[in-house]
Amino acid sequence: MIKFTPFESHVVPMSIDNIDTDQIIPARFLKTISKDGLGDQLFCDWRYDAAGTPKPDFILNQDWAKQCQVLVAGDNFGCGSSREHAPWALTQYGFRAVVSTSFADIFKSNALKNSLVPVVVDSATHQKLMALPRDAKVALDLAAQTLRLPDGTVVTFPVDAFSKYLLLEGVDELGYILQQDEAIKAYEAGRASTLNTLAA
Amino acid sequence: MPKTIIEKLWDAHVVSEKEGAPALIYIDLHLVHEVTSPQAFAGLRARGLKVRRPDLTFATTDHSTPTTPKNLPIIDPIAAAQVKQMETNAAEFGIPLYGFHSDKQGIVHVIGPENGLTQPGMTVVCGDSHTATHGAFGALAFGIGTSEVEMVLATQCLPQRKSKTFEVRVDGTLRPGVAAKDIILALCAKVGIGGGTGSVFEYRGSAISALSMEERMTVCNMSIEAGARAGLVAPDDATFEYLAGRKYSPEGADWDAAVARWKTLPTDDGATYDQSVTIDASTLEPMITFGTNPGMGMAISGAVPDPANVADPIERESLRKALQYMALTPGKPLAGQAIDVVFVGSCTNSRISDLRAAASVLKGRKVNSKVRMMVVPGSQPIKRQAEAEGLDRIFRDAGAEWREAGCSMCIAMNGDQLTPGQYSVSTSNRNFEGRQGKGGRTFLASPQTAAASAIMGQVTDVRTLLG
Ligand code: SF4
Repeated sequence: MIKFTPFESHVVPMSIDNIDTDQIIPARFLKTISKDGLGDQLFCDWRYDAAGTPKPDFILNQDWAKQCQVLVAGDNFGCGSSREHAPWALTQYGFRAVVSTSFADIFKSNALKNSLVPVVVDSATHQKLMALPRDAKVALDLAAQTLRLPDGTVVTFPVDAFSKYLLLEGVDELGYILQQDEAIKAYEAGRASTLNTLAA
Repeated sequence: MPKTIIEKLWDAHVVSEKEGAPALIYIDLHLVHEVTSPQAFAGLRARGLKVRRPDLTFATTDHSTPTTPKNLPIIDPIAAAQVKQMETNAAEFGIPLYGFHSDKQGIVHVIGPENGLTQPGMTVVCGDSHTATHGAFGALAFGIGTSEVEMVLATQCLPQRKSKTFEVRVDGTLRPGVAAKDIILALCAKVGIGGGTGSVFEYRGSAISALSMEERMTVCNMSIEAGARAGLVAPDDATFEYLAGRKYSPEGADWDAAVARWKTLPTDDGATYDQSVTIDASTLEPMITFGTNPGMGMAISGAVPDPANVADPIERESLRKALQYMALTPGKPLAGQAIDVVFVGSCTNSRISDLRAAASVLKGRKVNSKVRMMVVPGSQPIKRQAEAEGLDRIFRDAGAEWREAGCSMCIAMNGDQLTPGQYSVSTSNRNFEGRQGKGGRTFLASPQTAAASAIMGQVTDVRTLLG
């Protein structure tokens, strides 16, 4: 994993609440056995017409949006299915952070495992971000847990301390669990054997 | 200190706790399917890791598999490759699989309980957000992403933060024509699609105790639709009765020991929850959704809400967008809305009692000539059971399609789908834009409501058809 570093970016506003993972990446693209090639299908059914041509008025099809690394979306972003294809598609498009007033649990967990930072802000800050002019930039610093707005205001956001450590140091979570083999073995030794339902 | 069942389950599964890190919790049962696992197995291969506990892991194919007759090949080459990959992965890593041609194949959340794999007191995970279904047995069951699937395959553990406890108390007796599905749709409408975020629901109260195990599964199944990652019901005699004699249930002395252990699980008297909500089952009506998330639901006698009455600007815009997608007029009742398709199936409502409920409404009646009705059993054993009871004849005689087991039109990635603009009354769990096919419009409801709507060719209050 690559270490997560501070960055500045324009923002893409999407003022819709409860954007679900079926919108972020429709199920028909889940037949893949790889993680790659999902960026073009991000928000597919909002982004392309029936013939597969990009809709010019959809925000992600505009040239300026393609450079943006921050998506600002309505409340409860990422609700619905547990598909990790959602953060894969978002990061492959180029996003490194999503800002909202809240996130669905599974999406938040999946995002953090893919270097996509879910940034929760209060509704006043959220409204400001939604109204930013296109050329305005925000600055995100994960170590400081801050988002700096173009008017100079700095807001802090919560991040799980452990996830933050993994992201900043580029540490792999599975590697961390594998190191706890002793504890796992000790737990298994005391576990009721009747739970081993599938033992042949 | 008195504890809730949620806390008891958590405490029993903590492997290690370190300052500044989430607890490591042990997973008793890991269910795997073809869609969210290939990248996880690829990860294991890349690191040279094995599956730590293949004996606690079980796989099926359900999401991308067609529900056409089994002697036909899987036409979609990408889906066929994914199903094949699941077979390869299961064989290579030594995981039991009820594959495409198994006579036990079915939807992952249907086959777990059906085979007695899911038991009280367990932690159960699957790369699928409807894993909460297994909570009906008093298990802590939740959906995970593919990175976590890889972690559980490799270590049988997951780093987790403790969730908040959320009591959902449902008392009273359901009236005729009102189903378990209506309880959960009412909860989604009441707390909203994000209402349970960060929490685990415990469903309790006299109305929950009165539900069969299959009905409890319907309720727990849609916990995620109210934002909760897990939802459960404490085990009781109905739970033990359901489990007795199932393929992987304990036997003999092991069974007695297990039941004794399971009886210690229910929430202690005096335990408190972080949050509570109550629902009066005796006032519930059949429910139906009108919008593009499961929280946008109402009693079937109600009228579509008007965005003009919503104060919050983003909420108003979200409702306006939803009604535009659904092409519905604010202020109008939904009953009477013409429909094109009826889908009875999915991990929410594809069990034998769901099929019986739909068949009891359809018996001696015909599906409206303008409607395509699909009935998709949740597993091959359910299909055979329904056929033994003659339910398939009732469906076929009425003009409905009787199909092979799978997720089918719940997720529209297997050939079963709506065409743009079509309206469907569906017993599944999600009405998101395009969920049942690009441009398709979904009304979520119970099997009874779905069957009644199929007969009338429009959204119908099943109580108008009850004798
Ligand atoms: S039936 Fe639908 S919700 Fe259930 S596991 Fe299959 S796709 Fe998911």
